[in-house]
Amino acid sequence: MKSLGSIRRDFAPWNDPNAKPYIQFDKVTKKFGDFTAVNNLSLTIFEREFFALLGASGCGKSTLLRMLAGFEEPTAGRILLDGQDLRGIPPYKRPVNMMFQSYALFPHMTVEKNIAFGLKQEGMPGPDIEKRVAEMLKLVKLEQFAKRKPHQLSGGQRQRVALARSVAKRPKVLLLDEPLGALDKKLREETQFELMDLQQELGLTFVVVTHDQEEAMTMADRIAIMDKGEVMQVATPAEIYEAPTSRFVAHFVGNVNMFEGKVAEHTADATRITGATGAQIVVDNGGKAAAGSDIVFAIRPEKIKVSSKKPANAVNALEGEVYDVAYLGDMTVYHIKLDDGQIVRASALNASRVTEDPLTWNDRAWVSFRPDAGVVLTR
Amino acid sequence: MTDIAATAAPLTETTTLPARLAKGFVSRLVIIIPYLWLLFFFLIPFIIVFKISLSQTAISMPPYTPVLDFSDGISGFFAGFRELNFDNYTWLTQDALYFNAYVTSLIIAAISTILTLIVGYPIAYGMARAPATIRPTLLMLVILPFWTSFLIRVYAWIGILKPEGLLNQLLMSLHIISQPLVILNTYTAIFIGIVYSYLPFMVLPLYSSLEKMDYSLVEAAEDLGCPPIGAFWKITFPLSLPGVVAGCLLVFIPAVGEFVIPDLLGGSQTLMIGKTLWNEFFSNRDWPVSSAVAVILLLVLTIPIMFFQQAQAKAQEQGR
Repeated sequence: MKSLGSIRRDFAPWNDPNAKPYIQFDKVTKKFGDFTAVNNLSLTIFEREFFALLGASGCGKSTLLRMLAGFEEPTAGRILLDGQDLRGIPPYKRPVNMMFQSYALFPHMTVEKNIAFGLKQEGMPGPDIEKRVAEMLKLVKLEQFAKRKPHQLSGGQRQRVALARSVAKRPKVLLLDEPLGALDKKLREETQFELMDLQQELGLTFVVVTHDQEEAMTMADRIAIMDKGEVMQVATPAEIYEAPTSRFVAHFVGNVNMFEGKVAEHTADATRITGATGAQIVVDNGGKAAAGSDIVFAIRPEKIKVSSKKPANAVNALEGEVYDVAYLGDMTVYHIKLDDGQIVRASALNASRVTEDPLTWNDRAWVSFRPDAGVVLTR
Repeated sequence: MTDIAATAAPLTETTTLPARLAKGFVSRLVIIIPYLWLLFFFLIPFIIVFKISLSQTAISMPPYTPVLDFSDGISGFFAGFRELNFDNYTWLTQDALYFNAYVTSLIIAAISTILTLIVGYPIAYGMARAPATIRPTLLMLVILPFWTSFLIRVYAWIGILKPEGLLNQLLMSLHIISQPLVILNTYTAIFIGIVYSYLPFMVLPLYSSLEKMDYSLVEAAEDLGCPPIGAFWKITFPLSLPGVVAGCLLVFIPAVGEFVIPDLLGGSQTLMIGKTLWNEFFSNRDWPVSSAVAVILLLVLTIPIMFFQQAQAKAQEQGR
């Protein structure tokens, strides 16, 4: 893993207007009878990108993946891979491989034969197949399990066989359908990092479908948040979290506090918002919303400071009462009921072992945050 | 049986000893009942048949010399024992008729089994891939013929296959043939009859093994570069082998001893062991010889199947 970090650090083809897109979904629609699984969706994925499709079940993310693999044909629109239109090309002729959610390992074949299956199909000579299979087994650390059948392996081992089988052919794109869904939490976390390293090592383009936001945030270069067959936002994990463009995205990823309100006025470098329940909030990034328009101010819990006294020179400070306290060890989560009735969630990192300003149930408390701590959402 | 009692024991540790014994007894009883059934209705009748096969024909009621007869006391019993011999079996080897009948039956059964597999596999495959909502209906349609008498259905085939029958009328009215085809009273008619009659026995086990199969395995094979036909032979078919084996045994075994179909559709010249058996029994009234024919038939069928199952169990053990 010599210089993988530096590759990753500078990798951002989506910011480069001259970068050539690798996978293009061009106004793709997929209907199953009356049900629209994917609705007029356009999306661009770049070479060597680790791209995640994130959404709740039924949002169309798996359909998108299956269309790329060739198991479904789009009802309308085009899918291009490396400039080639994929319409009409059957799955067995596409230069993409898929790792199935169920792993779909062939139960009557050994680990070795499973991995060799795709290579045999492309007519690779025997000695080369052996070499490649050995290489793959080493990559996923399953050398001593070569002769086992899938049912003799643990869930984690099966997952690695499925991975080895799907990358053995060196596909242009590897599609992963909930690759870690069947693993327990600890194994899942370990495997996330293994997958990232593998992707860098092999230099492949990965498209992963997941409903687990933590998984997507950890692994992906960019995430597409999907809802009802449409893409809500495509951005890096940090942008998705810190600068969501819609209520849906803000809600879907992480925890968030939402203040419904109206833009009261724009000043030179700030925007004043009047909350629906009377709260006055000043932000410095609300320029896009017209004065008088209905907006939502969204702020993450960890960006809110809780204190027993009104903090001096805080721009935004709201008073309330401690409604609930949850001590989680590494941090404490407070639910503060503001005097206007809204409940605000705030989390504080327990950086020292003793809290200087302890707060408990029914204490009077102030919540404060900086003008740049949240985002103004117009939709 | 002891295994079940042993695994049940830890769960019932707190209960009293009589209760535990009662529980063990109940679980044993469940297994004992089918074994008793087999003992009374299969093993004992078979022993009687075997006994008859060792005796000689006689003009009496029943028409064979008594064996293991206690009416003359213990000495009579041993005297009867001395009369036991394998003459009937030697007789079977001396007359080529029996050997030919066995071989013909095995060949006819084997060909019919393969034909039934060829016809049944696509049906089972289609059923397994049909929408889940209509599968029960399709299953029902496969079983439906059983609701009519087997004999009637075979008779109906005579009406279809005979020279002036429905099939020939249809083909001639369509001007496909000018002379009626001779199908009835040939081996072709026997094959048609067996394939038709035993099709459900092939389709049902095939369907149950195909329906269980995860379709994503086929998708995975295609994804890895295997065209659909290749994926069928490399993935679907090998995984359905247990169903293929079960279906073939269910067709082959009864087809070897089949009597009604060759008798009704095959005409008088067909030589199958079921018909030979019937002739010996009813026409010649030679119960001992027909019993010997039946015993040999049983051995011919069970011994290879026993070896086959042993080999399969071994393969499965190695696979695990």
